[in-house]
Amino acid sequence: MPQDIAINGDNAVALAWKQIDPDVCAAYPITPQTIIVEKFAEYVANAEVSTEFVCVESEHSALTLCTSSASAGARTFTATASQGLAYMWEMLPITAAMRVPLIMAVANRAVSGPININNDHGDAMAARDCGWLMLFSENVQEAYDMSIVAPRIAEHHSVQLPCMVNLDGFVLTHAIERMTMVETQDVKSFVGEHKPLYPLLDVKHPVSHGNMDGPDFYYPHKYQSVIAMQKALEVCEEVFADFKKMTGRDYHLVEEYKCDDAEFIAIILGSSFGTMKATVDKLREKGIKAGCAMPRVFRPWPVEALAKAMAGKKAVAVYDKHLSIGSYGPMFPEVVAAASDLDKLPKMYNVIYGLGGADATVAGFEKSFQAVVDGKAEKIHYLGVRL
Amino acid sequence: MTTLAIKDLQQLPVRLTSGHRLCAGCAESIIAKQIMMGSEDPLAVSLSTGCFEVSTTVFPYTSWNTPYIHTAFGNGAATCAGLETAYNALKKKGKITENINFVNFAGDGATYDIGLQALSGAMERGHRMLYVCLNNEAYMNTGIQRSSATTIGAQTTTSWPGTVSSGKKEFSKDLTQIMVAHNIPYVAQVSPHNWRDTVQKAQKAFSCGGPAFINALSPCPRGWRFASDQTIAMAKLGVETCVWPLFEVVDGKYELTGESARIASGKVEKKPVMEWISSQGRYKHLLQDRWEPVIEQMQKEVDRRWNKLIKLSEL
Repeated sequence: MPQDIAINGDNAVALAWKQIDPDVCAAYPITPQTIIVEKFAEYVANAEVSTEFVCVESEHSALTLCTSSASAGARTFTATASQGLAYMWEMLPITAAMRVPLIMAVANRAVSGPININNDHGDAMAARDCGWLMLFSENVQEAYDMSIVAPRIAEHHSVQLPCMVNLDGFVLTHAIERMTMVETQDVKSFVGEHKPLYPLLDVKHPVSHGNMDGPDFYYPHKYQSVIAMQKALEVCEEVFADFKKMTGRDYHLVEEYKCDDAEFIAIILGSSFGTMKATVDKLREKGIKAGCAMPRVFRPWPVEALAKAMAGKKAVAVYDKHLSIGSYGPMFPEVVAAASDLDKLPKMYNVIYGLGGADATVAGFEKSFQAVVDGKAEKIHYLGVRL
Repeated sequence: MTTLAIKDLQQLPVRLTSGHRLCAGCAESIIAKQIMMGSEDPLAVSLSTGCFEVSTTVFPYTSWNTPYIHTAFGNGAATCAGLETAYNALKKKGKITENINFVNFAGDGATYDIGLQALSGAMERGHRMLYVCLNNEAYMNTGIQRSSATTIGAQTTTSWPGTVSSGKKEFSKDLTQIMVAHNIPYVAQVSPHNWRDTVQKAQKAFSCGGPAFINALSPCPRGWRFASDQTIAMAKLGVETCVWPLFEVVDGKYELTGESARIASGKVEKKPVMEWISSQGRYKHLLQDRWEPVIEQMQKEVDRRWNKLIKLSEL
């Protein structure tokens, strides 16, 4: 029988990794991801995994080593956050373009400066154009579950893309929650054996990875990734369906909460989805038909599923935990684009919240959501900023 | 281990095919072929971004008839380390049965400068891999800009000689010594004119069981300004002037090799640095009277490093 345990988000990710037992793991410590690699190192020290574990000298080398390891044909995992992800940035599009299905946990944290160790989505959002699959988690259970589904999606032969599993720093990484484990044998059979395509270390069939492209090939190769991303939408749904069969836990491209009859919905990412659900309940108590939705799969961007959630609504408020200074929050224009084919475009609002770990409370969400309902909201609202 | 007879070395597989796009007279493919002759076992190659990389892998072609990977500029050592790590993981699970050797080739920009951190990390961690620096003493791929391997007085497109400048102001970084300080099992300097010395050192590097580093002098006709049929002569002159001594450090023990051993033992006379300077257009401006002190400075520094090396080889 699957057990319920008390565990924090980082340890839950490490536990999923232990159950999967990847071939290679290379990582560099950074708060708030550190617990993942520390715990995994403990598994290595006690031979609870067979993984080759490499303590590299930087995140740039971490992602580099993982990329070539995955190219060589090894199932490969890493983890990072914030400055670490920023330091990896050069490699992010290279990893994706090399079509290696490595898995990276990202313990979402604000990017310097000023230096700040707390949670927001600045790190992941700055990586969103790099061609990686991106999954987000609302709670510790989901951080664990997404860690198990990620290899199935990434390694699917018609996808072959690296995947980030995002979990909010501290809010999830360090918070102990109740979680239902999956039996290790079930995890192993769910994830299955890794069957890499064109592995580099097949010396009888030598291949070149990472060649130089001129204009004739660069663009078509990028387009191949577009096709893979489109395919990943279907694959995510297939894998979520299989996961439901195994665990009963039901995941979707876009998670909806009380959206069906809602007139107003909020779209929000990560752990704040829970806070927003509580907000929706409070607004409903006041007779407001509110709902909320979270794009679990952020890349590929689930346009149709989002459009469906927004169809017929009076207004949509997009809550962004990051800011493109001089423009909007990063998710807002994408949600507007997803809504643009609806027969009637809802009123669209952007709320910026929680930067660098600033409070994200039900009270704050309720006030800002109420302003949207009342038609009194600004186009872009900086929630709770102290001037 | 293969003997050093040319007829035996010719039996080894051709891992780098002809038809690549390196400049006429480039030493890089010559050095790479000599290094790869040091491995009888299959060889996986990684390249740091640079001349060698862009010239051998323009899609849809590849010059590599052996597993090859490139990721980026400053991370060749980590790229190669990733192959070796995957190999260890897959070998112990029985998914790979062959013995495979690993080598990364990189220019001096990718080694002395932007890739030094990744190189240091990989060497410290003890990956079983050989890192070869194809040292042409500047960023040649981007058009001859100075690197920390560029020697004093050299003209580059970021260290121009001018009314107040004699070219690059600093001596080159002594990277080989930095690698020795990592206490890895094998470190060496090679020059392509002495192929026997190079192949032998590569054999030792591949069989040392841990991380190995070889710094190869790679004369560049474009960047150094000499005729493209003079590459090997130029490499030889580098050794004969002691600008580029040949030596190896096996488990910390220094030994001079090839012409350098003969110069040290007094069998052959050391040539003046002036011969080196006057053979290459990059130093042409130094021949003006006003820059004579720079030549003196260079001779003095070459002597100092050479004498230190002799002392080290006597330990």
